[in-house]
Amino acid sequence: MNDIFEPTVVAFVCNWCTYAGADLTGTSRIKYAPNVRIVRFPCTGRIDYNLVLKAFEQGADGVIVSGCHPNDCHYTSGNFHARRRWIVFKQLMEYMGIDMRRVKFSWVSAAEGAKWADVVNTTVQEIRSLGPSAEFSEMKGEGIA
Amino acid sequence: MQALHIKAKELLESGRVRVIIGYGEGSSGRVRPVFIRNVSEAEKLVWDNRCKQNLAVYLLKPEIKKIGMPAIVATPAAVMSIVQLISENQLKNGDLVALAIEDDSVTEISDDVSLETYVQSHPVIFPPSVKEEIRTIAEKSLQDRLKYWQDELSRCIKCYACRVACPLCYCERCITDVNQPQWVCVASHLQGNFEWHMNRAMHLAGRCIECGSCTLACPVGIPIGLITIEASRVVEKEFGQKPGLRCNAPSAMSTFKVEDVETFIK
Repeated sequence: MNDIFEPTVVAFVCNWCTYAGADLTGTSRIKYAPNVRIVRFPCTGRIDYNLVLKAFEQGADGVIVSGCHPNDCHYTSGNFHARRRWIVFKQLMEYMGIDMRRVKFSWVSAAEGAKWADVVNTTVQEIRSLGPSAEFSEMKGEGIA
Repeated sequence: MQALHIKAKELLESGRVRVIIGYGEGSSGRVRPVFIRNVSEAEKLVWDNRCKQNLAVYLLKPEIKKIGMPAIVATPAAVMSIVQLISENQLKNGDLVALAIEDDSVTEISDDVSLETYVQSHPVIFPPSVKEEIRTIAEKSLQDRLKYWQDELSRCIKCYACRVACPLCYCERCITDVNQPQWVCVASHLQGNFEWHMNRAMHLAGRCIECGSCTLACPVGIPIGLITIEASRVVEKEFGQKPGLRCNAPSAMSTFKVEDVETFIK
C-alpha cells in the first residue's frame, strides 16, 4: 500500500503561453508529476483570485498560476493587471494567516517546455512536504455559534 | 451647532439645496443620520464628538439623488470619500455642497479643487490604538494570525452592515448577490465569513479611506476595518497610490505600471 501523500494541484494557466508550453512538454516527451490538473484561460488577466480560493475550498492541496512573461501577453497587458492583483492578494492572504506557500506563480512561455515540467515537479514536491491542505476546507461548518 | 442651524436654514430657504444630510438625535444617546428638507426641521441637526459615521454613503442612494441637490455635514473622512467617489466618476464637480464644521463655524465646500485642498489640510488621523493593533497582528506568526482572524470572524453573521455602511461599496449588484455562479459562499460559517471579508478587502484595495464606518456598524464588534485598511496599505506600499486625495487620481487596481515589482513570480 502506497503511503506517500499524493497532493492535488490545480494549475490556472493562460492559453497562449503556459498552456502551449505545457503542450511542448508533452510533445517533447518530458515526464513530469501527474498530480497537476490544468485549467486553461485565455489570459492570466482573467484569473480571478476567487478561483484560487475555490480550488482550496474544493480540496486542492496546491495551486499554480502561470502565464506569459511581462511584455509578451497575447492581449498586451493582461499579465500586468494580473501581476498587480497577485501582489495585493498574496499579502492580504498572508495578513489573514493563509499559507501562501501553497500557491505558486510563474511566467512560462510557449517555448519553455522544460521549465513547465520543472515548475510542476518542484511545486508537487513542496506541497507533498507541506502535507494535505486542511485549513481552508476545514473552516466549513466551523465557527457557527 | 448654532452656526450649522443658521447655515442649514439659509441653504434650504434660498433653494440652493433641496436636502441636508446630517446627524440627529438617535436612540440610546447615539446620533443617527437625518435628512432635512424643510426649514422647520433644521434644528434637528446635531454636531458633536458622537458624529463619526461616514454620511457620504447616502450621496449615491437613488432615493436621495431623486430629491435634488444635497448638502452634507461632512467629517474629514466623508470629504475624502467624496473625493474618492469623484475620482471613480460616481459624483461630478458641483453635485453637492459639503459642510465642514470647525469650532462652530461652517465652511461650504462644493468644487473639486476646494475638496482636494480641504483633504490635504485635514488628513484623517487614525487613532494610534488602531495602528498599534495592525502592527501587533502583522508581527504574529502565520498560525497565530490565522487563529486571531478565525476567532474574530467566527462571530460574523453575514448581516452585511459593513457593506451597507461603506460609501465605497456602491455596486448595485454585489458579488455576493450573484448566485449563478456562486462566487462567494454566503453561509455564515468560518469559510463563508473568510471569503466574504477577503472579497470585500480585495474590492476595496487602494480605495478604502480608513473612515472606520464598517467597524462602527458591525453589530458583533469585529474589527473588520483592519482588513480593508491592510489591503489599502499594501497598495500604498507597493504602488505608491493613496485613495481619497485627488479628484482625478487613476484607479490603483485598474491600472498598472510596467515597472511594478514583485519577487514571487518565478
